[in-house]
Amino acid sequence: MTIRLGGIIFGLVLVGVLLAWSFIPDTVKYSAPTKSPYYAFHEEKLKPAGGFSFDGLGGKWDYQQLQRGYQVYKEVCSACHGMKYVAFRNLEQLGYTEAEVRAEAASWSVPGLDPVTGESTMRPAEPTDYFPSPYPNEIAARAANNNALPPDLSLITKARPDGANYVYSLMQGYVEPTEEDLAKAKELAGGVEWETPVGLYFNEHFYNANIAMPPQLYPDLITYADGTEATVEQMAQDVSAFLTWTAEPSLVARKQTGWFVIGFLLFATGLAFLSYKQIWAEKKKKKA
Amino acid sequence: MTTTDAAPEEGVRRRDWIHIAAISTAAVGGGAAIIPLASQMGPSADVLAASTTRVDIADLGEGQTLKAVFRGQPLFVKRMTAEEIAAAKADDGASMPDPQTLAERTNPANESILITLGVCTHLGCVPLGAGQGESKGDFDGYFCPCHGSHYDVAGRIRKGPAPKNLVVPEFTIDGDIIQVG
Amino acid sequence: MSFAWAKQYEPKSDFTKWIDEKLPLPRMVYNAVGAGYPVPRNLNYMWNFGVLAGFFLMVQIVTGVVLAMHYAADTSVAFGSVEHIMRNVNYGWMLRYAHANGASFFFIVIYAHIFRGLFYSSYKAPREMIWLLGVVIFLLMMATAFMGYVLPWGQMSFWGAKVITGLFGAIPVIGEPLQVWLVGGYAPNAATLNRFFSLHFLLPFVIAGVVILHIWALHIPGSSNPTGVEVKKESDTVPFHPYYTAKDGWFLGLVLIIFSAFVFFAPNVLGHPDNYIEANPLSTPANIVPEWYFLPFYAILRAFTGDLTIPFTGIVLIEAKFLGVIAMFGSILVWFFLPWLDKSPVRSGSYRPLFQKFFWVLVLTMIVLTICGGAPAEQPYVLISQIATAYYFLHFLVILPIISQIEVPKPLPFSITEAVLGKTEEAPKATTPATDKPGDDLPGGSLQPAE
Repeated sequence: MTIRLGGIIFGLVLVGVLLAWSFIPDTVKYSAPTKSPYYAFHEEKLKPAGGFSFDGLGGKWDYQQLQRGYQVYKEVCSACHGMKYVAFRNLEQLGYTEAEVRAEAASWSVPGLDPVTGESTMRPAEPTDYFPSPYPNEIAARAANNNALPPDLSLITKARPDGANYVYSLMQGYVEPTEEDLAKAKELAGGVEWETPVGLYFNEHFYNANIAMPPQLYPDLITYADGTEATVEQMAQDVSAFLTWTAEPSLVARKQTGWFVIGFLLFATGLAFLSYKQIWAEKKKKKA
Repeated sequence: MTTTDAAPEEGVRRRDWIHIAAISTAAVGGGAAIIPLASQMGPSADVLAASTTRVDIADLGEGQTLKAVFRGQPLFVKRMTAEEIAAAKADDGASMPDPQTLAERTNPANESILITLGVCTHLGCVPLGAGQGESKGDFDGYFCPCHGSHYDVAGRIRKGPAPKNLVVPEFTIDGDIIQVG
Repeated sequence: MSFAWAKQYEPKSDFTKWIDEKLPLPRMVYNAVGAGYPVPRNLNYMWNFGVLAGFFLMVQIVTGVVLAMHYAADTSVAFGSVEHIMRNVNYGWMLRYAHANGASFFFIVIYAHIFRGLFYSSYKAPREMIWLLGVVIFLLMMATAFMGYVLPWGQMSFWGAKVITGLFGAIPVIGEPLQVWLVGGYAPNAATLNRFFSLHFLLPFVIAGVVILHIWALHIPGSSNPTGVEVKKESDTVPFHPYYTAKDGWFLGLVLIIFSAFVFFAPNVLGHPDNYIEANPLSTPANIVPEWYFLPFYAILRAFTGDLTIPFTGIVLIEAKFLGVIAMFGSILVWFFLPWLDKSPVRSGSYRPLFQKFFWVLVLTMIVLTICGGAPAEQPYVLISQIATAYYFLHFLVILPIISQIEVPKPLPFSITEAVLGKTEEAPKATTPATDKPGDDLPGGSLQPAE
């Protein structure tokens, strides 16, 4: 009984405090922040026509596309972005032969030691090496990029919601803001005109609409080895597919294993259910 | 079990069948779950990828030995001089614990290149003789200081407790590039 | 402890006889989860979740031990070692996804188990100790899950650790030194990560130990059941094996299918993308959110936006932050008092019309709190979570004690057998029990003396 009385008193005090102090505006210590102006530009992510080949429950890699995406990474992205969790040997999974991978790796230089003097130097990469960062450290990277840090791309599609479509959209998000959106941003900012700061670029798919990366893709920027026409959409889609593979090389194997496991479990559960029905058959009968 | 049972008994056996099937299937599933749990302990993809070693012997002079690392263990690559080859061949018929000819231990196209693990077959120490000025033992090859095993110039055990010759790993030679493993 | 009609273990071969003499472990298992444990025959599917919780504890321990063979608890390599598991270790991705989603499923199953206990009042005498041990298990699980989430050393790991350890800093006077002591520094660092790994490895075994106590305590009165009427005779029960092993078995298969769907087709849905960014102490994620299973408690924490002051004087008694901390821990600690707050002699919510309505409001409140906990600290979410928090505490501390006094329950069946098979016995008809005099000469005889 004492516990109940104590409980009631404690509960009423706690709740009283909560409610009184929630509704009396003067006592509220933290007020909720208002929405930032960049909310005005938030757009639905773009999706490639027909989606990605790895989407869905039975998704598969399109190896031609991954190879094209690798070409985009190598010729465009890799100037600023490293990929430290992906090794050159992993490229074999894209359909390159061992010799091709060895030759490809050798075309990249990675930090190494001079075998004679022991000094730091650059050497051609081996298949067991990982994709290097173009900068020796974060300070150097920021110094070269107007104080912005180009993120490592190994995991980028897993580190963003709906990552593949995000990269695809971001690559095409360098547009002029609409008048309507600008008006909305001005309203959210309390009458201050929206302005993209110097050194940043407007991108409607970046979270605060101001991205440090300049627009990268232009039509026919690269010449695809397989002769595909290098439109911006094509390159954006290819590199998004490639970065999905780098983020999770086991994605397709995972889905295939999943079908096998679930198929087996359905069979086993079915049998277990029949067994359960048998065992309970007697007990479920209505009898006196 | 006899088959002359009456109908109710047959019903019982049919019921048993479903239990046996369900339990067996569950056991198979449980057994399959062991596969990932066990195979994760095997060498991972990065370890497997590093399981071959490539050695460039362009700068390796006659009579010199190059030390490399193969699967985490020392690897000796030796370019034998003409005298050493002759001495090794001369000993092909000698009595030794693990008889092998030089030809069996080298690649016919590159007879002068001897590739062995730098691991004594006794208890796994690294034998001396690869570096300049190191003791080469009584047979002018390698000498293991741990328990005094003497290997000849072809890495064959000649004296001491080691039971086998220094292991010759699988390798291919392509010009100046040797790929071991 | 068990009922008189419980089957007795009889070793058949000489070997099992010898074992039974020296170490009667098979006998113990037989009596615990075998044919020697008589269980009410009318348990519904909500009673499956206890066994499932045990199963997921085992999944977590097995996958966790295996992952620990590859994980490195050092701030400079922890994130990379997780990527090593995902990319290089054989089946590493499967093991890690099973462990990460296994944690979520463990909590799903535990929440179902807890809310089953709340609906059927499984905490009431004579089962208070089972309930109390269960709350201890839940607290241990929360600690384990929190520390486990820190291990990958992603952005959410780091900032989650910072926010949660920061809560201790809200305690007056000792707060700050306590916080520094807990993390071994002024912000989560290498020492924090290493101790969290150590404790994350240890605590599951402590949980397993408390689970054994939980089951031990369960076997003294035996399992409760959906009518809340106690077992009276043999026809009320069935042996655990094969009846409930079969039922648990096929239900486990069903849950495993759903679990596999997550592991193989949506392994990151329950996680947060920011945790695939390596921890950066200099950059805060836009919205720090804990794992989904902590969201209701996180919402309660954030519901307190004002200090407790003496009105019109401006003297602060308790700061808002500390109030939130008290409320968050209090929201679980209140469960410890539940057996003594709800004194209705009727156990099962099925026979308590008023209680039932409030129970579903509580469920709705938990869902609302989960949503608010995941939303940014903006209106209207703050206000909604304040109202929901108020209801949460009112429910346990005020509503339950009051309705247990005023409610008129529905008539109870005489026995479990009657509830299952219909009223075919010559026993006296069930009647409505007196609400405030438990243990009276209730003709149903189904109610244990409560006090």
